[in-house]
Amino acid sequence: MRTLSVAEGVAWRVLHNVFTNPSLLIPSLIFPLFFFTAFAGGLSRIDQVPGFDYPPGYTAFQFVFVLLQSAAFGGVFTGFGIARDFESGFGRRLLLSAPHRTGIVLGYVAAALVRWLLTAAVVTAVALLVGMQVGGGAVDLVGLYTLAVCLNLAATLWAAGIALRLRTMQAGPVMQMPVFLLLFFAPVYVPLALLQGWIHNVATYNPLTRVLEAGRGFLAGSPTEVGLAFAVTAALVVGFSMWALRGLRSAERAG
Amino acid sequence: MSKRFVEQVGQLARRSVVRTARQPANIVFPLVFPLLLLAVNSSGLQSATHLPGFPTDSYLAFALAVPFMQGALFATMNAGTDLARDIQTGFLNRLALTPMRGVALLAGQLGGVMAMTAVQAAVWIIAGLILGVHFAAGAGGIAVIFVFSLLIGLGFGALGAFLALRTGSGEAVQGMFPVFFVFLFISSMAMPRNLIEIKWFQTAATLNPVSYLIEGIRSLIVIGWDAEALALGFGTALLIAAIAVSLATFSLRTRLTRS
Repeated sequence: MRTLSVAEGVAWRVLHNVFTNPSLLIPSLIFPLFFFTAFAGGLSRIDQVPGFDYPPGYTAFQFVFVLLQSAAFGGVFTGFGIARDFESGFGRRLLLSAPHRTGIVLGYVAAALVRWLLTAAVVTAVALLVGMQVGGGAVDLVGLYTLAVCLNLAATLWAAGIALRLRTMQAGPVMQMPVFLLLFFAPVYVPLALLQGWIHNVATYNPLTRVLEAGRGFLAGSPTEVGLAFAVTAALVVGFSMWALRGLRSAERAG
Repeated sequence: MSKRFVEQVGQLARRSVVRTARQPANIVFPLVFPLLLLAVNSSGLQSATHLPGFPTDSYLAFALAVPFMQGALFATMNAGTDLARDIQTGFLNRLALTPMRGVALLAGQLGGVMAMTAVQAAVWIIAGLILGVHFAAGAGGIAVIFVFSLLIGLGFGALGAFLALRTGSGEAVQGMFPVFFVFLFISSMAMPRNLIEIKWFQTAATLNPVSYLIEGIRSLIVIGWDAEALALGFGTALLIAAIAVSLATFSLRTRLTRS
């Protein structure tokens, strides 16, 4: 119970900071829209490449990537906030005052999720407004958004683990770069089958490829690789939960 | 131009380069990030070359022009932030008390940016050659790309300086990064303009000066000597440089009067 009250306090503070500070809120809303506009708008003719077969069209194809990317980067942005809290000394005071410190991590995770839900709503609304076709039914869409939620949790826990260990804003690239690489080494622009050369090999073994393909399958109404995708995201959440909690212990030891 | 003025510019350009060199993140990130994106995009979008009308069968050659712009953006942000820091720490005020001419400060700062741009341009060209890109305009074309990228560096560097002098805040300069990024994204960066299907995007890319900068460099890599693309590219780069340098000079004068 006391863990939950700590989590609630931390989450409320983070969300209050984010929603009252445009410089924190706007980038997390604008960047996914940039990517969506640039990819779905500038590259729409890619759906005419021989072998490209995604019935809902290129806008929907890119929407899934941008949704998952926004989920992952929503987590990373929250990691920046954790690092800022510890750099400014607030994190240290938080450790002193929280009776159950696991609640601190839980609070940051909950805040990241709420923050991302707003981004997801905006990106989805924009995609529907520009005429995105949705082939999947309600259950498929629940599957797609559940995958994105899991990815958001995993990315937040990953970034929290880094932030709690390094406790400086300079850790930003360490949180961001691996997430960026994993996302872009997946089939971003064309389906896996159309990738050529080294990127095809990398994408084949990239766990996020399964998540992306499953997400696109859900949106098209023809689910594929669902079990594998959920197994991957569940493993990421469990693994990074331990990573974040060990990071918390590291922050405790540092005082 | 007096010898003393040249010395002043040289000193400040050296300071600008050394200051950048002392922060590895300011060198590594603007070099590594565009190369990474080039690698990912050129492999991921290779199949786009099968589209009828695509100007080359190598997406790597097509995309090689983009790092020149991305590098210029990063260098601009770094240079603008450095100048803003000079304002915030009072360095500019102290400099105003010395016999140094204000315009030397600007020229020195821009000299430093152009030196960084030269290093970046060399890296992109060498990377392209190593990865097997055939420069259609040959060695002469490579030399023109080099000069062109310096001109772009001058224009964008002056834009960064203008923002720094106008706002006096590093955060405000960094805050402009997304705006510059929009210009890069809503351009012919990833697809030739005639192959962009969405009409509003095609119109925006046509109105966007960044498209002509990219197409100027791209023409030398993919097509050869294309007078129209080069005239538009150089014309746009010269216009941006002239406007940005004028704005930065005026802002410097205002800033020095205020301080």
